[in-house]
Amino acid sequence: MTSPKDLLQKWIGDRAGTERPWLEEQLATLAVPGAPERDLHLFLGFAPRRLGKADLALGPEDLADADAAHPAWQPGDWSVDGAARVLGLLTYNGERRFAETFKDLRRTADAAEMIALYRGLPLYPEPESLHFEVGEGLRSNLKPVFEAIAHNNPYPRDHFDEHRWNHMILKALFIGAALGPITGLQERTNPELARILVQYARERWAAGRPVMEELWPLVSPFAETPEIRAQLDRARAEGRVIEEFVS
Amino acid sequence: MMLIDPHAHMISRTTDDYEAMAAAGVVALIEPAFWLGQPRTFVGTYVDYLSTIVGWERFRAGQFGIRHYCTVGLNSKEANNEELAEGVMEWLPRFALKEGVVAIGEIGYDEQTALEDKYFRLQLTLAKDLGLPVMVHTPHRDKKQGTSRSMDVCEEMGLDPSMVIIDHNNEETVGEVLQRGYWAGFSIYPSTKMGNARMVELLKQYGGERIIVDSACDWGISDCLGVAKTAQLALQSGVPEAVVRAVCYGNALAAYGQSGQMKESDWLSPPAIDQRTLYEGNSILRGGREPVIEEPGTQRRKGLTIE
Repeated sequence: MTSPKDLLQKWIGDRAGTERPWLEEQLATLAVPGAPERDLHLFLGFAPRRLGKADLALGPEDLADADAAHPAWQPGDWSVDGAARVLGLLTYNGERRFAETFKDLRRTADAAEMIALYRGLPLYPEPESLHFEVGEGLRSNLKPVFEAIAHNNPYPRDHFDEHRWNHMILKALFIGAALGPITGLQERTNPELARILVQYARERWAAGRPVMEELWPLVSPFAETPEIRAQLDRARAEGRVIEEFVS
Repeated sequence: MMLIDPHAHMISRTTDDYEAMAAAGVVALIEPAFWLGQPRTFVGTYVDYLSTIVGWERFRAGQFGIRHYCTVGLNSKEANNEELAEGVMEWLPRFALKEGVVAIGEIGYDEQTALEDKYFRLQLTLAKDLGLPVMVHTPHRDKKQGTSRSMDVCEEMGLDPSMVIIDHNNEETVGEVLQRGYWAGFSIYPSTKMGNARMVELLKQYGGERIIVDSACDWGISDCLGVAKTAQLALQSGVPEAVVRAVCYGNALAAYGQSGQMKESDWLSPPAIDQRTLYEGNSILRGGREPVIEEPGTQRRKGLTIE
């Protein structure tokens, strides 16, 4: 089986054109044990300048390779420069722990870098050590940064506790990020999330605003628990139409 | 007419300003790193400020369909805090290569102290090493001599005048700046530095070559529509359209485009990845509000008033 790093290197190399020797030289430099962080900073800065910002535009076979290399890794909407940045980070062999390097990069990242850094989450070593950093990304007001974590990314499914998971779902609804692209959406729903979502729906109704239909499949497995059932009955009595439960 | 405001401190401005600028035709702007009014006393707060202008502010502008670029640098006022200055200088090279950084700036003199001189020179060297243009802030006080000295030092440090924008010019400084081959920026400030009408007179006298108009809008009394109003008044006053287009759009693009980080295609045909993430074209989003979508190219020029 090919590793995610090897796949990225192949995909980017194939798209690098005349910059391919530069790419290979840079990666060799980054792979040297104890390589200075400055080399990594320069590579991350030059990646879009040298390689461009086109879509990576992977084919179905590539995406199947990605899924085989890391379960549910979906780089379908990655860009060339973003993918190169993740590759640089995976290749870099510095002295500090990964999480410390990552924190430093995140602190000074521009918007596109931040998106790339977070899209790479499922591929990094010691994933649990990035707990704080992921929290910072989820709290970001930059919707695409939030979506870099929440969408087409198995990291939340695999590493979030219930509290963080639930608040990611709620924030997605709040900022208008789609729920559909969240990996593990249905399998990780839970009674507490159902309670939060019904409460959220009540607030939306009170404000005279529509309720996103996509939240109801997350509630329905718990529709018969007493608290949720009472809330739903009350909503029906008030004349609210909840499509998911129309029999 | 498409406009560029190459000097706007948007971190201090409201979303109303972004809406007004977009409606007036501003397609791109440059946010120079500067003093926030309140001095920073920790290197970390300066670092976070630089992160803000390469990250959050760029995103915020993109939501209004305006392309945001910035310059990074240690400004002349805070260069006088040596401990802070030393710390900032360590971080600057990392920020200089961020996406959308089009120059080192705004740097130069405030009170023309020895420390200001030291860090001005160090940053000129950094710009030269990285092949980046420089935005020079000329002092409010002792302006004429401060401007001449800024150019002397640029030349001493081996910079090509075509890579240097001397900003905040007035009638007294512009002649020398143009004669020595630099770009000459004019900040349109209500009632102080340079007004719309004075600017139009200068355009009639000097034409459009290497002249750049900006608003320099910030946390003080200033007008984010400075460029748009000047363009309108100039056209009404019979300044040729090609001149107006040069000073309110083309020259800024040519000068700062030398960084390789600012291209007309950024707003005319942005990469797909940017359209999905960082550049909303004409849609304006706010939590809880439905997006407002306009026809591309629709510019609401009505309602501009000239002071």
